[in-house]
Amino acid sequence: MKMKIEDVAKLARIRLDEKEKNKLGKDLEGILAYVEKLNELDTKAVQPTSHALPLENVFRKDEIKHQDVKEEVLKHAPLRERDFFKVPKVIEEV
Amino acid sequence: MDEFYTWTIKETAEALRSGKATPSDILESLCGRVRAVDSKLKAYVNFDESRSKKADFIKAKPLSGVPIAIKDNISTRGWETTCASKILKGYIPPYDATVVRKLKEAGAIIFAKCNMDEFAFGSSCETSCYGPTFNPWNTQCVPGGSSGGSAASVAADLAVGSLGSDTGGSIRQPAALCGVVGLKPTYGRVSRYGLIAFGSSLDQIGPFTKTVEDAAILLGVIAGHDPLDSTSAPADVPDYTQAVKKDVKGLRIGLPKEYFIKGIDPEVESAVRGAAKKLESLGAKIEEVSLPHTQYAVATYYIVATAEASSNLGRYDGVQYGLRVPSSDLVEMYMKTRCEGFGREAKRRVLLGTFVLSAGYYEAYYLKGLKVRTLIKQDFDKAFERLDVILAPTSPTPAFKVGERLDDPLAMYLSDIFTIPQNLAGIPAISIPCGFTKGGLPIGLQLMAKPFGEETLFRVAHAFERATDFHKKRPAI
Repeated sequence: MKMKIEDVAKLARIRLDEKEKNKLGKDLEGILAYVEKLNELDTKAVQPTSHALPLENVFRKDEIKHQDVKEEVLKHAPLRERDFFKVPKVIEEV
Repeated sequence: MDEFYTWTIKETAEALRSGKATPSDILESLCGRVRAVDSKLKAYVNFDESRSKKADFIKAKPLSGVPIAIKDNISTRGWETTCASKILKGYIPPYDATVVRKLKEAGAIIFAKCNMDEFAFGSSCETSCYGPTFNPWNTQCVPGGSSGGSAASVAADLAVGSLGSDTGGSIRQPAALCGVVGLKPTYGRVSRYGLIAFGSSLDQIGPFTKTVEDAAILLGVIAGHDPLDSTSAPADVPDYTQAVKKDVKGLRIGLPKEYFIKGIDPEVESAVRGAAKKLESLGAKIEEVSLPHTQYAVATYYIVATAEASSNLGRYDGVQYGLRVPSSDLVEMYMKTRCEGFGREAKRRVLLGTFVLSAGYYEAYYLKGLKVRTLIKQDFDKAFERLDVILAPTSPTPAFKVGERLDDPLAMYLSDIFTIPQNLAGIPAISIPCGFTKGGLPIGLQLMAKPFGEETLFRVAHAFERATDFHKKRPAI
């Protein structure tokens, strides 16, 4: 199974330089080769476990609890305009 | 001045209650110790002496005036919390994690934030953007990780107790390598609200302390259901300090043969087997047990944990907080920000997790991992049908040299071979000191129990501690 580091990096939204591509690509290939070990096990009849304990979905009332956090949250904005987080243009012009 | 900083949580709280010492006596003593020693260890990334003066002292509370240090991935209101990552530098949480709120309500003074591997990705505390923490027993060695700062601070008497987090051994392994007590509670026992997420089905917060009884005290304060964490268990919190009073007569303790394998350090093996003999002499019944899927745990973990991590770290995009590398294009901004903000191990894990979740590979890797996780969990279910406790080494080796495994990710990952299965199964486990190598490095003993069996762990761990002196030895730093 071949992993293309460029494709994965694009999916993960991480820019890598050539040196990193080589090093991380090799590291990942090594780790994936090690992980192949799991194929020794026949798991056809095994149910997957995504959580170790039997937990059920929890519902709560949709109530407003914290009302005065706007400033505390917005003060972390790398770029802000009024009460908005400002980002580069998302929608392209037609 | 009295060496108050050497005291345990229990001793400190009692001295404060009886008026033998004041909170500022304790904090001044501790701060003096930090100033004298931490330049050699780098256990703290943030340290605030003034907090002692600000804290109100109310005698009636269980931890009144007791200084506790907190791992830097646990949110502290108004106080920078970075996960030791460049991408979160300057981030000041607008709220306290539930564990921090509970500690404060119990009277504790939160006075320092501890160094860690970036986003808790590591077993050596070397991937921190602040640089490594060093082991108090030998500063050429790592303290273990990822909660290396939390472990080193307690070992070197820079904190009376501390909190860390454990996703695949990040409390127990550094506790073993630094010669202190470290507990990973049952998944769901402690609220994760405000813990910056790594692997959400594995993460759990727990205490580092100088004694088993102190761990019981701290767990009693931080445990319990929290409406703000839907994975926290609605189970009652027992009085853990009662558990330490019981003996181990008749308890059935299993030694898993898969944890005593080739490659384990002979001094570690002999100390751990010696500990089993000691418990036998105290009345426990020792028997062999098999956990046949142990050898698959590391591979399973590096699929499951990195998949969850890649998803959890998706939020670091430079939009709402933390680092942003500007660009005229949005995707370009994400890519540059994450390139600059994440260290190498964070990139490695996000990439691996992205790959195992990606279309075409999901079933071969991620789903396969979840299925093997079931088999690993079933091993424990079966063993605990007849056993009360499983006993094993915490780490296959004592502390290793700084830099030794940094460029070999697989060698680093295998440091956690004995501490990963418990997170996959969700069970509680504790590491306590059980000996020293000829070179003077501590060795850790790991005890595991079934879900919500923390009382049994405290009972066995305390019986061993009472019968031995390993916990009394402190590093000569």
